[in-house]
Amino acid sequence: MSDTASSGIGMGTTLAPAWLQRVTPAARFVLQGGPSALAAAARALGIPDADAPGRCSGEGTTLTLIWLGPDERLLIAWLEDAASLGARLEAALAGQAHSLVDVTQRQVGLRLAAAFAADLLNCGCPLDLDPARFPVGSGTRTLFNKTDIVLWRRGVDDFHIEVWRSFEDYLVRWMAEAAQDFAPQR
Amino acid sequence: MSVARLPTGGQVGRDRTLRFSFDGKSYEGLQGDTLASALLANGVHLVGRSFKYHRPRGIMTAGPEEPSALVTVRRDAARSTPNLRATQVELYDGLCAVSQNRWPSLRFDLGRLTELFSPLLPAGFYYKTFMWPRTAWHQLYEPLIRRMAGLGEAPLLPDPDRYAQQHAHCEVLVVGAGPAGLAAALAASRSGARVILCDERPRFGGSLLCDDRSRIDGLAATEWVTAAIAELAQNPRVRLLPRTTAFGYFPHNHLGLSERITDHLAEPPAGLARERLWQVRAQQVVLATGSIEQPLVFPGNDRPGVMLAGAALRYLKEQAVMPGRRVVIVTICDSAYRVAFEMQAAGARVAAIIDLRPDPSPAQPDGWQQRLRQAGIAVETAARVLRTRGRGHVSAVEIGRLDAAGLPTGQRSIDCDLLLVAGGFVPSVHLFSQSRGKLRYDEALQTYLPGDSAESERSAGACRGLLSGLAAALQDGAAAGAAAANASGCAGEEPRFEIIEDSTAATAGRLPRAEAAVSGPKAFVDFQHDVMLKDLDLAMREGFRSIEHIKRYTTTGMATDQGKTSNVNALHHAARGLGKPVPSVGLTTFRMPYTPITFASFAGQARGEIFDPVRRTPMHGWAVRQGAVFEDVGMWKRARFFPRSGEDMHAAVARECRAVREGCGVFDASTLGKIVVAGPGATAFMDRFYVNDWSKLAVGRCKYGVLLRDDGFVYDDGVVARLAEDRFHVTTTTGGAARVLAMMEDYRQTEWTDLDVWLTSTTEQWAVIAVQGPRARELLAPLVDGLDISAAALPHMAVVHGTLRGMPMMLFRVSFTGELGFEVNVPSDQGAAALDAICEAGKALGLTPYGTETMHVLRAEKGFIIIGQDTDGTVTPDDVGLTWAIGKAKPDFVGKRALARPAMHAPDRKQLVGLLTRDPRVVLEEGAQVVDVPGQAPPMKLIGHVTSSYASATLGRSIALAVVAGGRARIGQTLHVPMPGGEIPVEVCAPVFYDPKGARLNV
Amino acid sequence: MLLIRCPHCGERPEPEFAYGGEAHIARPADPAAVSDDDWAAYLYLRTNAKGVHAERWRHTRGCGRFFNALRDTTTDRFIATYKSGEKRPEGLR
Repeated sequence: MSDTASSGIGMGTTLAPAWLQRVTPAARFVLQGGPSALAAAARALGIPDADAPGRCSGEGTTLTLIWLGPDERLLIAWLEDAASLGARLEAALAGQAHSLVDVTQRQVGLRLAAAFAADLLNCGCPLDLDPARFPVGSGTRTLFNKTDIVLWRRGVDDFHIEVWRSFEDYLVRWMAEAAQDFAPQR
Repeated sequence: MSVARLPTGGQVGRDRTLRFSFDGKSYEGLQGDTLASALLANGVHLVGRSFKYHRPRGIMTAGPEEPSALVTVRRDAARSTPNLRATQVELYDGLCAVSQNRWPSLRFDLGRLTELFSPLLPAGFYYKTFMWPRTAWHQLYEPLIRRMAGLGEAPLLPDPDRYAQQHAHCEVLVVGAGPAGLAAALAASRSGARVILCDERPRFGGSLLCDDRSRIDGLAATEWVTAAIAELAQNPRVRLLPRTTAFGYFPHNHLGLSERITDHLAEPPAGLARERLWQVRAQQVVLATGSIEQPLVFPGNDRPGVMLAGAALRYLKEQAVMPGRRVVIVTICDSAYRVAFEMQAAGARVAAIIDLRPDPSPAQPDGWQQRLRQAGIAVETAARVLRTRGRGHVSAVEIGRLDAAGLPTGQRSIDCDLLLVAGGFVPSVHLFSQSRGKLRYDEALQTYLPGDSAESERSAGACRGLLSGLAAALQDGAAAGAAAANASGCAGEEPRFEIIEDSTAATAGRLPRAEAAVSGPKAFVDFQHDVMLKDLDLAMREGFRSIEHIKRYTTTGMATDQGKTSNVNALHHAARGLGKPVPSVGLTTFRMPYTPITFASFAGQARGEIFDPVRRTPMHGWAVRQGAVFEDVGMWKRARFFPRSGEDMHAAVARECRAVREGCGVFDASTLGKIVVAGPGATAFMDRFYVNDWSKLAVGRCKYGVLLRDDGFVYDDGVVARLAEDRFHVTTTTGGAARVLAMMEDYRQTEWTDLDVWLTSTTEQWAVIAVQGPRARELLAPLVDGLDISAAALPHMAVVHGTLRGMPMMLFRVSFTGELGFEVNVPSDQGAAALDAICEAGKALGLTPYGTETMHVLRAEKGFIIIGQDTDGTVTPDDVGLTWAIGKAKPDFVGKRALARPAMHAPDRKQLVGLLTRDPRVVLEEGAQVVDVPGQAPPMKLIGHVTSSYASATLGRSIALAVVAGGRARIGQTLHVPMPGGEIPVEVCAPVFYDPKGARLNV
Repeated sequence: MLLIRCPHCGERPEPEFAYGGEAHIARPADPAAVSDDDWAAYLYLRTNAKGVHAERWRHTRGCGRFFNALRDTTTDRFIATYKSGEKRPEGLR
């Protein structure tokens, strides 16, 4: 990697706080199709389909499947690379109307883990993040101020955020700015 | 001890004095003071000059309704906040406040001269007086008026403080932490509901804070408040927000709260936000916003030393400040009596109570008459204040009665240094009205009360008219809190309180509001905008009948206080003057914000570098190292040109153009939008969406796609590659990426639901490196790991998968320059490495980085359009010479039907042509107009305009693209471009200046 | 900030949505058979209702789906939301 700028201005510099860390899975896909295609993909992956709004599946495996829309899923693979996973899925989906697109490098993942995580997210995300309303294990596309994100709650104070790579710098700077009101002695 | 501070009592910290200054003079105050109470404690009553007449003004209230005591608080040159209400400014050590709207000083103000001219400045004077001559308004009147009339000055330096915004959600939001609000919050929180309780004051408790006689559940009122706050504070589902004003009530129970975090601190901690704007979504809202005491209208009612009775009580009880020693109280209701008893008990001499009511006693509690007699307080019934006297401060009031004709009789003067005014309490229905709830007029209270709610909201306590009695307010709040919790799905129970009330705390009695006003000179209705009773009378004489019109004509109620102390009096006076019942005169609209909010809090954190996202490509660092000058394209930073030492943009672009035409250049094209269209219905979708015919496009080949809207006008363009039978890689313009995808989704989801097709943005999946020029193939061939990229294997408009030095690659043979060209697509993480490899290999070939400016020149030489530059949303494919792209055999595509309308084929449509200036050195201005007849006097007949214009190094002359009416038929004609320096003759030509046959592409 | 019930995701805040103009204006199946005036009406004529208005929204920053809503334009009250392709609910005011 010869170009630090490409990995996001905010990361790897003094701006990157301990509570907000880049996490890089091995592959990401956007999978779209009808119910049978989505079910076939889930079978091939060996996890249940994330088949309801806000639902995620794959807990305890090396895969995370997030419901993005009625016929759309985001698949994050933490170990298996895109070539292998893509081939495996295409084989399982042969003959099924679907769209499988590699977006491994379209976006980056950020792990936000802090006691003030939900409050900090609420500085830019208008969702109700009370654990009773957005429980651990939820995932959804939403927004943080002027950037779209996918938000996945791993724990009460532990979130995973997916953001398009060119918006990462904005997101990280915003969170570092806003966090001053929650963690002044950061 | 300051002159007016009592030695004991109040809720102020006496262990330490706070030093502060007002207009440069030093004073001392105590912790718990407001600036207003501290000034009063020091005997300072004159604190400002009025807006229009520069009359001396004092402190009239003790809260957010204050119309007169506006000050500027300065921390430093950048931290200076004008127009703050001294009644809300919390004192801190070192506070520096200055008065406003006076020159050269508060005591000696030249602006006071305006009052001499006040007969010339009646209501609506600016509509009448300053009309002629017209030019004088901007040059003379407006600057003069702005200097003379006005409020404080905003600092000129950028605001150095931080501001925050945060969204919050709760089951029950309680606005106001007086007795009703506290009880509501207790009831709601005990149900397990998430509760937010906010109050604009630094301490919760509201009217309980100045009540040291009532007892609740066996505790003194203030002790009960402390216990209630403690219970709420230890509940993790309760958020307590003191110093927080609910300023706006928006649809769907969305409220804006402005929290002041550091303004009360002598030394705000570095980095902490000064204010936080909360955007609260509440399932249920309890409004416990209390009531506002109204002044009375009589001549000289604005003199310093005239104060609302309730305000004086607060200063006495909360800050142990006695604002006067010899007190006269004028009232239309019972609330004044409690104030009289308390003032007298604290050592003041209450000279008289002027009660406008002929017979106030029937409604009053037993024992009052005896107490009055014992205290030696004379009560003048059916009497009025006819005028006040005093230089800079009230020294006497003249009272009397009015006879049947309205003429004064029995006048006499009473000396005093404090005139307390009790015009009755009016429910604060601002937020309820903002929520679009319906107000209803209550005849008994002679005011508007909340009627039907529009939102999931309930009002509790004084703000819904329960103006008498602590028990009523507390129990009403408890009921509202429990009901709100129940409505939000939590099981709320209404707590019962055991209450022993202060027997003097009655506020009721008949309110003769309509007859209360006494006209005469300087009888003010709106203290902040200097609107007098006679101004309202003038408006009515001139024919205004609706309170909305009277308001606008006189500006009553239009100041920053939004008429909190003037609207009610104005309304009743108007109703009386018009001989109509109050409800039929109308009601002015309550608007957000309840009190002024800083602009900065609306901006929040979104300032400076995080105002907008700044998008950078994976090769941004490379461009920086190459010395690129960047330009903003949408949110993207794009390299515009790469100057070498001593080069200006013109020289750099000329060099970059030559390099691409003669050797090879490299360009970061990553920002182009990319969309994968995939699924069995992909070809049909593309056929319906773009003008082109896609059915015959072979896998591995590309086509220039043109997208219209259904109105037939060009919307976007880009190269589309067929990656598989059921998969297209669509590129869009940089700025069009999001809107093209949105438009695709619209048709896919709502019109063509028969198609199995899906869309995915891959804009940021790929880094795109354009390698363009006659030596491009020679450069790339050694890098692509044996892939055959010869003209035969990879012809123009073809795409192939491969690797570049082992990196996965999609290689497009495409050109936006007119030269042999390739676009190397690699996964974004590898963009920088791929570019490094290409640059390393290019060293021997003179590979030259080029930017968007060079790209623009090169494409213009070829007549390739840029969407949004050469098109403007009114351009058809034929207008810009793209008819060839249309799949003629297709039955339909987006825009096809509209193209069949006759107007789309009119011969005089503006068509894209080239323009060559007669003088090849002259570069036309983009946007310049084109005329066919020279020498016209304005208005000229304009027939088109220049859309693109550059100096072309390749051609050694300037070139321009333009859209000109009937342009293609004018090729060869001379037209003219009128400019300030004279008309520039131009020759119309075809819009392709270089290699019109495309020979350089197909090599 | 309105609170909008997406037929797929439930109540979500307005910034997640994009407004999409009046609903139930179907693109003619055979545009070539439509007169110029009718095509112009399809493109440009809208009811601009004061009161209950059937309109399109897209849950852009959510599930991405277009859907329809009945909203009172004088109060911003949503009377109903329903999936794209479904009939306008009857009898709601």
